[in-house]
Amino acid sequence: MSKQEHDKNNYQIKNSANTVKLRNWTIAWVVTMAIAAFAPKFIWDFNTSLTIIALVVNLGIGFRMLIANRAYLRGLDEMQQKILLEAMALALGIGLVVGLSYELLEDIKLITFQPEIAHLVILMGITYLIAVISGHRKYQ
Amino acid sequence: MKNRLKVLRAERDWTQAQLASALEVSRQTINAIEKGKFDPSLPLAFKAARLFNLSIEDIFHDEVETV
Repeated sequence: MSKQEHDKNNYQIKNSANTVKLRNWTIAWVVTMAIAAFAPKFIWDFNTSLTIIALVVNLGIGFRMLIANRAYLRGLDEMQQKILLEAMALALGIGLVVGLSYELLEDIKLITFQPEIAHLVILMGITYLIAVISGHRKYQ
Repeated sequence: MKNRLKVLRAERDWTQAQLASALEVSRQTINAIEKGKFDPSLPLAFKAARLFNLSIEDIFHDEVETV
């Protein structure tokens, strides 16, 4: 099966390369996000120009991460794509429904603290993770 | 949808990983198709048919029996 082994290598190499690219862009995005969040206060004392540059760099790398994610998804086979699509749909749905209700809680005085966007991101991340795991189990 | 993928693979003494590489999908996908848990798309079914030099109907068939 030399031809097939060749294909296997191509397929695995392509997926590995896509995964590495996505990982690297994600790390870069997290680092630039941390710089944009903390450096104005701790490094350059809220210098407006530097803060804007940090934000623009963070946004640019964020968009590059999205492109890497699209390439990663396109490189997967159809079943893997289906699992991730279902997980993303669930995470988006949960994020929308729960997020709006969560935001409402403060307006209607059921909670006293300010709802944080980070809580929503964590919820969506956990939902996505659980959905991906259960999706893989479903097709085992 | 039922299929003969596992039998055809066994006849050629191929592993799931080898078949997966030939069809450019993951081994998990081959496993799911063999177990009938995932129905492949038409392009993937055609690819499998070409690989085994058979028609799609020789590999995949509907579970609903026609009278």
